[in-house]
Amino acid sequence: MADEGDGPKDRELTEKEKKEIAKWFLANAPTGEIQYVAKDVRALIADDHLYGTAAAEAFPLFNKAHLVVLEMPNRSGDVIISSFGEIDKDKYLDPRTAQVATVDHVKQICTKVRPATDEELSSAYVEDFRFAVDSELCKYVVDTYPKGASSVYCTRGKDVDGPGADFDLAVVISASKTSPQNFCNGSWRSIWTLEFKDDLQSVEVNGKIQVVAHYFEEGNVQLDAKNECRDSTILQSPDDCAIALTSIICHHEAEYMASLEEAYLHLPDTTFKDLRRKLPVTRTLFPWQNTLQFSLNRDISREFGIGK
Amino acid sequence: MEAAMDLMRRISPNQSETALSALLNLLPHHSSELLSQVDQPLQIFMDVDCAKEFVLCEYNRDADSYRSPWSGKYYPPLEDGSLPSPDLRKLEIEANDIFAVYRDQYYEGGVSSVYMWEDDDDGQGFVACFLIKKDGSKAGHGRKNYLHEGSWEAIHVIKVEPEEDGKAHYCLTSTIMLSMTTEDKPSGTFNLSGSIRRQVSHDLAVADGHLCNMGKMIEEMEGKLRNSLDQVYFGKTREMVCTLRPPPQGNFIVTALVEQFLVNLAI
Repeated sequence: MADEGDGPKDRELTEKEKKEIAKWFLANAPTGEIQYVAKDVRALIADDHLYGTAAAEAFPLFNKAHLVVLEMPNRSGDVIISSFGEIDKDKYLDPRTAQVATVDHVKQICTKVRPATDEELSSAYVEDFRFAVDSELCKYVVDTYPKGASSVYCTRGKDVDGPGADFDLAVVISASKTSPQNFCNGSWRSIWTLEFKDDLQSVEVNGKIQVVAHYFEEGNVQLDAKNECRDSTILQSPDDCAIALTSIICHHEAEYMASLEEAYLHLPDTTFKDLRRKLPVTRTLFPWQNTLQFSLNRDISREFGIGK
Repeated sequence: MEAAMDLMRRISPNQSETALSALLNLLPHHSSELLSQVDQPLQIFMDVDCAKEFVLCEYNRDADSYRSPWSGKYYPPLEDGSLPSPDLRKLEIEANDIFAVYRDQYYEGGVSSVYMWEDDDDGQGFVACFLIKKDGSKAGHGRKNYLHEGSWEAIHVIKVEPEEDGKAHYCLTSTIMLSMTTEDKPSGTFNLSGSIRRQVSHDLAVADGHLCNMGKMIEEMEGKLRNSLDQVYFGKTREMVCTLRPPPQGNFIVTALVEQFLVNLAI
């Protein structure tokens, strides 16, 4: 960018370019740090109106991508900001409480809630499955993620009113921890899509897990780990389905956690060593004291015309 | 500038190039300050005269050309590109030869370059910049948990000022930038990236040789930085993962620690 021919150094950026840069920084903020990034971006842009439009576009994208969890007023629990629950730009469904939360994306707060309408909720038949999976999953999430929140949405076929048709559920698990005083933030996000296939009498399971961590005391080190997996189970009663599906999710997530641990365990002796060894191949520190000798020798060699 | 530096500490090191170029566009009047405070990913270029690769950075750049430490020539050719004095050039040639041996012993590959120039401030001292770029992408050969993609870049800038009593003052600023990715089917992709910078100063006897003094400081610093990345920085991200999802029983951690301990013993 800086090397382009028309010399950006001599030319003011257009408003549109500035806005794009502001949006890029906001959208690429690490988990839990968008407010800090926003403060910096605002100072750099030095144009509150321009910043405002950039923030209005970037924050919703960030909040949805990071599955930000917001507390709903009246102690009715948390709502997860995700594309699955999105009714419009600032309204998100919480299927568990059958409420629609209005959120302020930039402030990252939930301002009010209203009961969801019938059109926004799924049919009684689908709701039986959704509710069963949600309840079972809730137990797992509470036991596994100290800061975790979860939600189960119907993403397709919410009007299916009995056996004989397909529908999809989406499971979202979001756990994040911010600890700015310790210069450390991180999040675990998983999205599981459950396809209930009536003709095959099966449920196809697809999972995407992303784990990120940022440590930035006198430095900047980030972990970004992702995985995808698939599985399936047979279509049974809602309660049996819920138990089977939760156990599949639990199994894959535990397995993934173990593979993360394994990756960390192997860092020092394999991965990291491939980049730079702890000690030289000679297993002793480099003989710098001989370098003086080395250069003297070279001078001598030159004087006597030996070597090259 | 403060806001710009804070952003660089937050944006993923894997995106630092894009971030820096955005900041340069946003703050054209601070470009030299930005370029001196934010280290950019190093590039490699081929010195065709010596058939050897060299590292490009701000310190061997003049206009749009870069000077190779091997032939001393600028690529693409530059009529009146700045050059170190003949004496300093002699030290530079030596430093390049020795540093290449050092690099090979620690990195088993990679490209290194050393550049020196007279210090503008008082004309008494000089500055030396030691660079290493190691691409570890092919090292893993697809084995599990081994490197799939990775790079290590080290930038050491030493300012040398003569002092009394046959001593010199050495001020070293080191930056390490790295990125490591492991990838395999059941466990997905695992990427750790980071950059850290530290500074240290010593007064050392010139009689031991500038190269010896600078080399020892660099070796010690690289060791320390590697260690803190390994133990502290990666350790903190791992701790975070375990905070998000605590291992089910205590004995899981214990097993991991014991294993880690045994691994360390083996080294």
